Amino acid sequence: MTNYRVIFDITWTHLHTRLKQTSVAALGVTFGIGTFIIMMGFMTGLNGLLDGLVLDRTPHVHIYNEIKPTEVQPIQLDDAFVGDFNIIRNVKPKESLVRIHNALPLISELKKDKRVRGVTAQATARVFYVAGSIELNGIVNGIDVMDQVKLFNFGDYIIEGSGESLLKRTNGILLGAGVAKKMSLSVDDKINVSTPNGGVFPLKIVGIYQSGLAEVDNVQSYVNVKTAQQLLGEGSNYISDINVKLYDMGLAPEMAKELTKSFDLTAIDIQTANAQFETGTSIRNLITYAVSITLLIVAGFGIYNILNMLIYEKMNDIAILKATGFSGSDVKKIFVSQAIIIGFIGGLLGLILGFIGTVLIDHAPFETEAMPTIKTYPIDYNPLFYIVGITFAMISTFLAGYLPARKAEKIDPVEIIRGQ
Amino acid sequence: MIVLETKNINKHFRNPIDFHVLKDITLSIDQGEFVSIMGKSGCGKSTLLYILSTMDTDYTGELHLAGKIVSGRPQKELAIIRNEHIGFVFQFHYLLPEFSVLDNVMLPARKLGKKSYKEIKQDAYDKLELLGIKEQADKKASMLSGGQKQRVSIARALINDPAIIMGDEPTGNLDSKNSENVFNIFKELSSQQNLSLLIVTHDKDFADKTDRIIEMEDGRIIS
Repeated sequence: MTNYRVIFDITWTHLHTRLKQTSVAALGVTFGIGTFIIMMGFMTGLNGLLDGLVLDRTPHVHIYNEIKPTEVQPIQLDDAFVGDFNIIRNVKPKESLVRIHNALPLISELKKDKRVRGVTAQATARVFYVAGSIELNGIVNGIDVMDQVKLFNFGDYIIEGSGESLLKRTNGILLGAGVAKKMSLSVDDKINVSTPNGGVFPLKIVGIYQSGLAEVDNVQSYVNVKTAQQLLGEGSNYISDINVKLYDMGLAPEMAKELTKSFDLTAIDIQTANAQFETGTSIRNLITYAVSITLLIVAGFGIYNILNMLIYEKMNDIAILKATGFSGSDVKKIFVSQAIIIGFIGGLLGLILGFIGTVLIDHAPFETEAMPTIKTYPIDYNPLFYIVGITFAMISTFLAGYLPARKAEKIDPVEIIRGQ
Repeated sequence: MIVLETKNINKHFRNPIDFHVLKDITLSIDQGEFVSIMGKSGCGKSTLLYILSTMDTDYTGELHLAGKIVSGRPQKELAIIRNEHIGFVFQFHYLLPEFSVLDNVMLPARKLGKKSYKEIKQDAYDKLELLGIKEQADKKASMLSGGQKQRVSIARALINDPAIIMGDEPTGNLDSKNSENVFNIFKELSSQQNLSLLIVTHDKDFADKTDRIIEMEDGRIIS
């Protein structure tokens, strides 16, 4: 038989008559949860940004022709030599085309695959940027700019001009920032590009591209696929690279294996191409969780301490409650509910504090070469953090309150009443 | 009608050495009887009172309260029995200091939960009026004087209309005028409301005025 109204009234009176202690306990939780939210929002935002950098540069599956020696040499195919120990010295790479054989049907085949979010085709040409008598080494990638913008956030890396202007001009080029700086060129200027076959093409700069990696920016530029094919003197079926983006990145290794096997091409998945990528993300997440949980545990100890003290101060009250007919479990409920209320109010304020904190960080200026379009710190406002935060606040305060409350439950009223 | 009855109650303190504190206590208290327990310090009278109050369960023998056997019941049931049938008055006032006088008086009845909040409030006012401290009802318990506090705790003891009121030196901490007051209140309760009272006291004058004196020595009832 428990009358919860009475229990709650006692709980509430205890809490609001010692507002200072209650507030200190609640503030502990508030800071714990607030910091948790800020840490999670900030770290996950940053993770997202860094992952984005990798993902924007690396397709989930990259298909190309790699120059390499034939794996199966003719001698191994001849039955006469089976079981012999065959050694072939000075194996040379097989002469093969850079272009992907039957690229266009392959692309339309890939586009039909349910796992695939998008496919972009590239034609890469090695060129020289010509500036008077000086020739700079360069690579010109022929791309479908709209696909590239859609799948790889290409637009974020164009610091001057725009990607769309490439569509309007067949002889437009998005010049690498490093090349532009070296040659003192800017948007609307002209640049001459010479190809290995000896042709010289005048192109018009419609934008400047900056990836943040000097190595790339000093060499790489982008044009339309058609332009690249013209530079190479090839037809419209010349495609050197196919980049595939999947809905689920986890399927990439499986798909790469499939493609390699069925099309006799080299297909590399992102996990192989960028092994450090996942390691970094998971370690950063681990650190974030470890620090946040430590904070919450410290807050829990604060509550434990304060309730413990409260129970010592309230020995007389506990004795009188028990003498007048409140059972041990009633007394326990009184103190546990105090802890839960502290946890709930503190936790809720913590969520608000965390939200305000993340909004402030979200507006703090943050400029990076690597991400020219990012102007402020990245923040992830995932509602999951808020759910985890309040849940953890409730659980930790419940535990912190339960231990002292159990002590109160077991207090022998006779000892206290007679002890006076 | 017998309100409270014990048969052969024995109790030992085992710490630090075995000490037989209560020896074969057999007694009974009728309805409306005003009984005092007297004896020297350490004779076991308070120990007996806490056994009778059901708060101390570490004893052998039988304890009957309001016709039902109480010994051997679990703590939770005992709490309910205390709540409903026993009113307590202690030497120190033991009010909850953060609550108002009225709230203090109401608590046991709200725990019992047999009446609505409104009825309980009315009851509490009635009890406070009976004890002449109705005008203090809204004050905080910690703001009252010693004598007033003791009257509040008597009002609290009465709130559930218990079968018996137990007191452990309820006047021990009061001056003679307030002691007199408290005694008169008890006397009135016993004669007018037919309430049983069992009061442990050192005060010979107080005890002499009660219906019956139980005298204890070395853990035994001697008269």
